[in-house]
This record gives sequence, structure tokens and C-alpha cells, in this order.
Amino acid sequence: MATENAGGGPVEYIQHHLTNLSVGEGFWQLNLDTVFFSILLGAVLVLVAMRIGRSLRAETPNGLQNAAEGVLEFVDDQVRDSFGGRVPKIVAPLALTVLLWVWLMNFMDLIPVDLLPAIASGLGVEYLKVVPTTDLNTTLAMAIFVFALTIYYSIKVKGLGGYIKMFLFHPFGKFLIPLNIVMTAIDEIAKPISLALRLFGNMFAGELVFLLIALLTLGASISASLLIWFPLQVVLDMAWIAFHILIITLQAFIFMVLTIVYIAMAHTQDDH
Amino acid sequence: MSISITLLAQLIAFVLMIWLVNKYLWAPLSALMEARRKKIADGLSASERGKHELKLAQERSTELLREAKDKANDIIAQANSRSNQILEEARDNAKTEAERIVAQANTEIDREVNRAKEELRTQVADVAATGAERILKREVTDKDHESAISDLIARI
Repeated sequence: MATENAGGGPVEYIQHHLTNLSVGEGFWQLNLDTVFFSILLGAVLVLVAMRIGRSLRAETPNGLQNAAEGVLEFVDDQVRDSFGGRVPKIVAPLALTVLLWVWLMNFMDLIPVDLLPAIASGLGVEYLKVVPTTDLNTTLAMAIFVFALTIYYSIKVKGLGGYIKMFLFHPFGKFLIPLNIVMTAIDEIAKPISLALRLFGNMFAGELVFLLIALLTLGASISASLLIWFPLQVVLDMAWIAFHILIITLQAFIFMVLTIVYIAMAHTQDDH
Repeated sequence: MSISITLLAQLIAFVLMIWLVNKYLWAPLSALMEARRKKIADGLSASERGKHELKLAQERSTELLREAKDKANDIIAQANSRSNQILEEARDNAKTEAERIVAQANTEIDREVNRAKEELRTQVADVAATGAERILKREVTDKDHESAISDLIARI
């Protein structure tokens, strides 16, 4: 295992696991594993969608189509609940993409932490970070796209003047314009930042807990103490997996709902 | 763990994913579900309409039935009165016919009786004359007894 040839230290072990397989330096660093796994999962999603699409039946939907319809209806309900009036066409597919894709990427967290990196190192790949959502680039990219959409719809609905007015007069009225600008700017910037960091933080922390559990028996030799540590590790791992199933679903759901809510908020008229 | 060109790659991937999910999952499935929803709604409204029409037809049929019954009753009553009338007429006709026949028979009988009486009268006169001849044992000329015989005939 990679950890063994790194000397077995816990710090090296964790650092090794948190290093991306990448090319390039500095800003031009491209995380190959992040891109590879997100595209792989996206491809899986699209292939499953195409499979469902090939055998669409209106009268007698089969199992997979039922599941897809259930998810779709759920997302559609969320969208309709958040939007009062007309819903822009992109919102529902966007929300569905976020829910499914983020969930799939989060799901990579449930695969044993050492399994894929071990296979990769066997194939000569030194570093591998399998969960794309533990890469801030992924979550921030999605958050930035959502942010761009909120700005677009804000300007479209309120007009450019209305959008600027929101910055000038928003929290405190017309007598504190400089403060208003700062406050509204923070308010707006906080949306994508919090959206990205929430998902990233949860997934990163979850991954870290898996690593810490794995550390319990890391590099341990066959001894009596292993009789205590190994069962403890198994029990802890199972407990954390059970809990983490909830977290990955919840985080995907939260990301979707906030995406919808932010775009819906852009559609509300100034309530002064 | 820093922001890098990966972000751009992920952004492109994300936009591409939205497009693909829309194309292959959202658009066909939501169109299908919308069509199904419409079909179900249409079916429900059609059944509602059918129910309404059935109710109307039932009302109409009961009304027609009642009308037909009324008409039939009328016809029966009419037929009954007509048959009574015919019966009455026939009875009347029979009665007058019978009376006529009886009257005819009576006159016949009367005539027959008169004729018999007449015949009887002449026969009795003959018998009386023969009786008288025998009693007298002699020829009585017609001339002599003409008056006596007519007197006898008148008395019978």
C-alpha cells in the first residue's frame, strides 16, 4: 500500500490521501482524478438516463423508469414550491443534475478509502483522490455557475437599474449607500462561497473521518492489541458509513434546494 | 487544495452535464409524464361527462316509459269503451230484430188462424147440410134450403 512505502506515519498517510493526482503547477494545476471521476460518474448518469430513455413507456413504466420519475417529480415539486410564477426552463434540469451528479460524486466517499488508491498504485499511479466533491474546485465551479445564473436572472427580472439599486439601497435605505454596497456585496458573495464550502467541508470532513478510522490499525503488526482495535475499527466504519449515507444524500439535497432558492430569490421583485 | 484550472474544467463539465441530463433525462421523461397527466385528466373528465350523459339518458328513458304507459292506458280505455259501444249496438240490433221476427210471426199466426176458421166454417156448413139430408132422408133442393144453410153458417 501507498502508506507502507511512505513509512507508515499517520501524517504521511493522511497527506498522501489528500493529494490529488495532478499535472501542472500553481494555477495551471489540473487535478486529473477529480476531472476523471466526475466525468466518469457523469457518463454513468447519462448512460443510465439513455437506457431509461430508450424504453420509455407511458402506460406501464418499469422499475428504473419509476425511480427516475419519482426523483424527477420530487425535484419538480421543489422547484414549483420555490417559484411563485413561471419557472425558467433551465432550473429544473439544473436542480436534477445537481441532485444526481452531486449525490453520485458524494457516493464515492462510501467506497473504502484505500481500495481505489491501492488499485491505482498497483497500476503505477501514485496519488488518487476519488471523491470529486472533496475538491473545492468542483463545488466552487458549480456554485459559481449558480451564482452567474442568479446574477443573470436578477438583471433580467429587475433590469440593470434595479440590480444596481439593490446594491445601493438594500439593507438600510438611501442614507447609508456606501454601507449598503458593502453589505449587499458580502450578502451576494456569501451565497456561492457558503454553497461551495458547505458541500466541500462536509465531504472533506467525512473523508477525513474515514481516514482516521483507517488509521486505527494502520501498519499494526499481528499482536494481541489487534484483537481490540480491529473489531473497533469495523464497528466504527460501519457506523460512520451508515451515518454518511444520510450526509451525502442530505448534502446533495441541500445543494439542490439552495440552487433553486437562490435562482428563485433572483426572481422576486424588490420588496421595499 | 488550491483553486486552479481544475475549476474551469469542472465548470465546463457541470454545464455539459446539465445539458446532457436535460437532453436525455429531463426532457423526454417530463414530456412523457406531462402527456400521461393530460391523458389521465382527459380520461377523468370524459368519464365524468359520460356519467352525466348516462344520467340524462336514464331520465329521458324513464320519461319516455311513463309517456308510453300513459298512452297505452289511454288506448286500452278507448278500446274498452269502443267495445262496450259495439256490444250495446249489437244488443240493440238483436232486440229489434227479434221483435220484428216475433211481430211477423204473430201476423202469420193470425192470418193462419183466420184462414183455418174460414175453412172450418165451410166444412161445418157442409157437415151440417149432409147431416140434415141424412135426417130428412130425402133430397132437399138447394133452392129450398139455401136460406136455412146460410143462416146456419152465420151462426157457427
